[in-house]
Amino acid sequence: MTSGARSPRIVLQNNGVIDPYSLDQAIAVGAYEAMAKIVGEKISPAAVIDIVKASKLRGRGGAGFPTGLKWSFTAAGDPVYIVCNADEGEPGTFKDRLILEGDPHRLIEGIMIAGYAVGARRGYVYIRGEYALSIERMQHAIEAARAAGLLGEDIFDSDFSFDIEIKRGAGAYVCGEETALIESIEGKRGYPRLKPPYPGTVGLWSKPTVVNNVETLANVPPILLNGADWFRSFGTEACPGTKVYTILGHVEKPGLAEAEMGTTLQTIIDEHGGGVKDAKRFKGALIGGAAGAFVCSDCLDKPMDFDGLQEISAVLGSGAILVLSEDASIVDMLDGILTFFQHESCGQCAPGRAGTPALGRILKRIRSGEGRAGDLEQMLRVARTINATALCPLDQSVLLPVESALKHFRGEFEALISG
Amino acid sequence: MKRWLERYPASREHILDMLHDLQDAEPRNYLRPEALRAVAEYLSMPLSDVVSTATFYSMYSLEPRGRHIIRLCESPPCQLMGAESLLDALTDYLRVEVGRTTEDGAFTVETTSCLGVCGVAPAMMIDAEVHGNLTKERMIEAIEAVRRSDD
Repeated sequence: MTSGARSPRIVLQNNGVIDPYSLDQAIAVGAYEAMAKIVGEKISPAAVIDIVKASKLRGRGGAGFPTGLKWSFTAAGDPVYIVCNADEGEPGTFKDRLILEGDPHRLIEGIMIAGYAVGARRGYVYIRGEYALSIERMQHAIEAARAAGLLGEDIFDSDFSFDIEIKRGAGAYVCGEETALIESIEGKRGYPRLKPPYPGTVGLWSKPTVVNNVETLANVPPILLNGADWFRSFGTEACPGTKVYTILGHVEKPGLAEAEMGTTLQTIIDEHGGGVKDAKRFKGALIGGAAGAFVCSDCLDKPMDFDGLQEISAVLGSGAILVLSEDASIVDMLDGILTFFQHESCGQCAPGRAGTPALGRILKRIRSGEGRAGDLEQMLRVARTINATALCPLDQSVLLPVESALKHFRGEFEALISG
Repeated sequence: MKRWLERYPASREHILDMLHDLQDAEPRNYLRPEALRAVAEYLSMPLSDVVSTATFYSMYSLEPRGRHIIRLCESPPCQLMGAESLLDALTDYLRVEVGRTTEDGAFTVETTSCLGVCGVAPAMMIDAEVHGNLTKERMIEAIEAVRRSDD
C-alpha cells in the first residue's frame, strides 16, 4: 500500500493461504466456528437474521438488496430452500470463482448459516458449467464436510440437519437471474419468471427459496463470528464491509482487489491496478460488466458503493471495473456489449428478442461509417423502450451501457456519423 | 448410454447433468439423436421437451463437432485487449468459420462470453484448458501443441 487507504480482507481472508482441498487447513483458520457458535450458544434463527440485518450486509450479486431483510421476507414452508448463485457470467467478473476455488468451506458455512436462518434443510449451489475447476473443488469440499459430520444429520449434535448439492449450468448468462436459475435447477430452459411472486414465497419447486450470491454468503460467517458492529466498522454507513473488485483492461496489474466499500475509483486503479497501463491518459471505465455503465474521469473521485454510484447514474453491479485508456474506442466497446446482449438475451420476451438486435444493427451501421442523422436518438428510444418493457433485468439493463456511452462519449459517435 | 443415465435418479432436475455426461462421452462432443431419445425415455419426457431444453444452453451441440473445441472469449475485457483481430487470425489459420469444424475433424471454433479469466485477457479455452495473455503466435502455438498430442 502506498497510502493510508485500508484494504482489509474479509471475503478473501484465506484465499491463497490455505489449500482448498484441505478441510483441516480450513478449520485451522476458523472454518465452521461461526456455525459452532450458533449451535453452542443456542442463537435462534430469528436472532441470526437480526445480526445480519444489523450488519447492513447487502447482496453482492449486483442489486445490493439487504441480505437480512431478504431472509426475513422468506415465507415459512416445508421445505424451504437456500440457493447459492454461482452462475457468475457478467463479463469481467471472476470474484465468485476465486472464492469457490480458494475457500470453498467458507462458502459452505455461509450457505449453512443462511439455511439455518430461514429454516432450510437443503441448499443448492448453481455453478456455471464453464467453471470446471470450481465445480471440482466445491464438490471435494462438500464431500469432506459431509465425511466430517459438518453436513448431514444433527450438525454439532444439534437438531439442525442440512446438506448441499451442486448443480451445473450449461452456458446461459440469463441463468444468473434468480428465477431463470431456479427454472434451470428444475431442469428446464432458463426462462426468467414474472415477479412477483418473488422466490421468497414461490421459488424452487414453488417452495419458499432464498437466492444469494457467493460473495454475499462468504461474508456471513465472519459477521456471525465477529458481530455486526465489527462489520459496520468497514466501508460506508449505508454499505458496510468490503467489495471484491476485478480490475481489468488498460491497467498495469489486472486482477482481483478487495477494498472497503466507498473506496474511490482512482484509489482502486492506482493502488490495486498499478495505474493506467503505459502511463496513458485515463479515458473512462466500464463498471459492472456488460450490464453496467460507462463512467468518465469525473467519476474518479466518487466513493464507490451501491448508493454512491447510483448518484452518478452508474451501478456497482458485480464489481467489474474495465479501465479504458485514451487508446480505447467507446464505439467498439459498445458494439461488443450489444453483441453480447444479442447473444445472451434468452428470447422469451419480444423487447429482448427483437430490441437488442435492433440496437446492434444501428450501431454496426454507425461503426461502418454509414450512420444517419437521428441514429443516436433512435438508439436511446429503443434502449428506453426495452428498459421499460422487457421481462427481466437482463434486457432491461441494456439501457445502462447505451445511455452512459452516449452521455459521456457522444462526440465519438457523432464523429463517425458526420464522418 | 443407460449406465450414464442411471447414475442419476429419474427426475427432470438432473437433465443438465445427464446431457453433460452424454455429450462428454461422445468423441465428437455432441448429443446424438439416440442420446436425446434415451434421456426422454429415462425421464418419461416428450423428446421435443428434451430437445427444447438442450438447445437453450450454449454448451450443448446437436451437431457433431471437432475432437477439440476452441472457445475464444469475445467479452469486453478480451475485446479491449485485442480479441477481435485474434478471431480473424484464428479463422484464417484454421481456414474455418466461427461455429464450424476443420475438415480433418480436429477443431471446432466457437466464440464465448466471459470465461472468468479476464486477468489474463485476451483468453481462450481449448477443451477444458485455459490459455491467456494471447498473441497470434501464442494462440497458434497452443493449437499446434494440441495437434501434436493427438498424433
